[in-house]
Amino acid sequence: MTIFDAREKLNRGEITSVELVESVLARIDAVENRTRAYLALDREGALAAGEKADRDGSSGPLHGIPLSVKDVFCTKNLPTTCGSKMLAGFIPPYDATVIERLSDAGAILLGKVAMDEFAMGSTSENCAFQVPENPWKAGYVTGGSSGGSAAAVAAEECFASLGSDTGGSIRQPASLCGIVGMKPTYGRVSRYGLVAFASSLDQVGPLTKDVRDCALMMNVIAGHDPRDSTSIKCDVPDYLSRLTEGLQGMRIGVPREYFGQGLDPEVDKAVRDGIAMLADAGAEIIDVTLPHTEYCVAVYYLIAPAEASSNLSRFDGVRFGHRDIHADSLIDMYRSTRSQGFGDEVKRRILIGTYALSAGYYDAYYKKASQVRTLIKDDFTRAFEQCDLLVSPVTPTPAWKIGENADDPLALYLSDILTISANLAGIPALSVPCGISQNGLPIGMQMQAAHFNEGTLLKAAWNLEMQNGLNLKKPTLP
Amino acid sequence: MKINKENVKRVARLARLDLSEDEIATMTRQLDTILQYVAKLDELDTKDVAVTTHPQNAVNTFRNDEARPSLPRDKALAASPLQNGEAFVVPKVI
Repeated sequence: MTIFDAREKLNRGEITSVELVESVLARIDAVENRTRAYLALDREGALAAGEKADRDGSSGPLHGIPLSVKDVFCTKNLPTTCGSKMLAGFIPPYDATVIERLSDAGAILLGKVAMDEFAMGSTSENCAFQVPENPWKAGYVTGGSSGGSAAAVAAEECFASLGSDTGGSIRQPASLCGIVGMKPTYGRVSRYGLVAFASSLDQVGPLTKDVRDCALMMNVIAGHDPRDSTSIKCDVPDYLSRLTEGLQGMRIGVPREYFGQGLDPEVDKAVRDGIAMLADAGAEIIDVTLPHTEYCVAVYYLIAPAEASSNLSRFDGVRFGHRDIHADSLIDMYRSTRSQGFGDEVKRRILIGTYALSAGYYDAYYKKASQVRTLIKDDFTRAFEQCDLLVSPVTPTPAWKIGENADDPLALYLSDILTISANLAGIPALSVPCGISQNGLPIGMQMQAAHFNEGTLLKAAWNLEMQNGLNLKKPTLP
Repeated sequence: MKINKENVKRVARLARLDLSEDEIATMTRQLDTILQYVAKLDELDTKDVAVTTHPQNAVNTFRNDEARPSLPRDKALAASPLQNGEAFVVPKVI
């Protein structure tokens, strides 16, 4: 059931909000031992919010709708761990702006879902507490870092979820779990109360069961926030009204670099079938080139760790989270607290970032990467002079087995090659289902557009979804 | 080799991390692989290319210097592992 379906049933009085919450909680009880999506579940709070929603009547577009959010958002009175032992037991004193916006729109927060520690990872295996599993196939990764969000939405353990995307962390798990996920334009959605990973790349966005729900969620969360000075003052259109505009006159670019070596033939075919459907709907398909694509992984894995090494210096055992209480001096306390609290991938990225920023290496690594970032950004500017939309795969392969690549960080980093550029350039991008592999695993299509053109993405994705009907395909779970 | 154990130890000290000998060995190997890979950027001549530090060419955002409500002290201290009701408590500094 989508948000729209649920709203209709609520409006017609066929179901109460309490019944909706109870049915989702029953679903969670039935499948959670298989998906392991939830890190914290607030049963009493959700039921109480359902009762209040039934009592008060309609208050907004998400009135009485139960949602989950990635455990990277500060939630007043609910634990916020970022998937890290460093923040085990941390209860923030305030709500993130997006949490307030969901709540003002009438949504009910069910709980917090699993993620790679501090959003660093592509499989959610770096979560310190539990590893979520792909609802479509036991033993397979959900993708990451917003893996709990994607699994919970795909397994119908919530109506939608919020994630964060620094290098593909919304789009990639959405693709691997067969749902819709959007990374909006940098600055489109407030990050106040989002625990920071890489501040020039992070963006908040929705993971939903179909494109219409994605547009609705965007209507709720997008917009300027005075508490986030990187959020941009720019009118927010009604994204829902854009869906049915049609694709006549739209020029769609196919970047040849995104169909290169290592692309799984099934993924290639599914994406090309999707492109043919967009052409049938009236779009003109053209070849484009993004010549610096091959450098994006190298740029990203310098810039993101550099920013992370700075952002994560706040975890020092003083104000929140874990502390080694046995340390005798302040510096020893910092060192042992951080060494005990952080997992391997976080330590690895802090070390790379610190190295890239350190005296003598700054020019060769951080500055060089920031210059190549300009070249990557310019590639997109040129491409969007020729077309309105870029389409490609989201990941080179469908989901893989949990445990593969566990000791080879670089192999995992390379799997991010198709999603990273959007963050480096700050443009909006989404993932929408375009196929299912013979092995029964979902395949997504990525769409990217120029800054603030989320509406273009949504109407193209909605058109594809209307044609392929994959929003109606669900994984078989107990 | 782009990086050796001594570099890793130095960087760990800067980042306030204690690493075991095993961790140093693993991190040295993995960081070396990653740094060998990112050296790919040297293929590009970027002499005249400006840096991008922010995707939207942002300008500074200013606000009026006015007092506004903020977190009350007890709430700000509540999540601390050690506090005395007035301040965060840390081991002796001097």
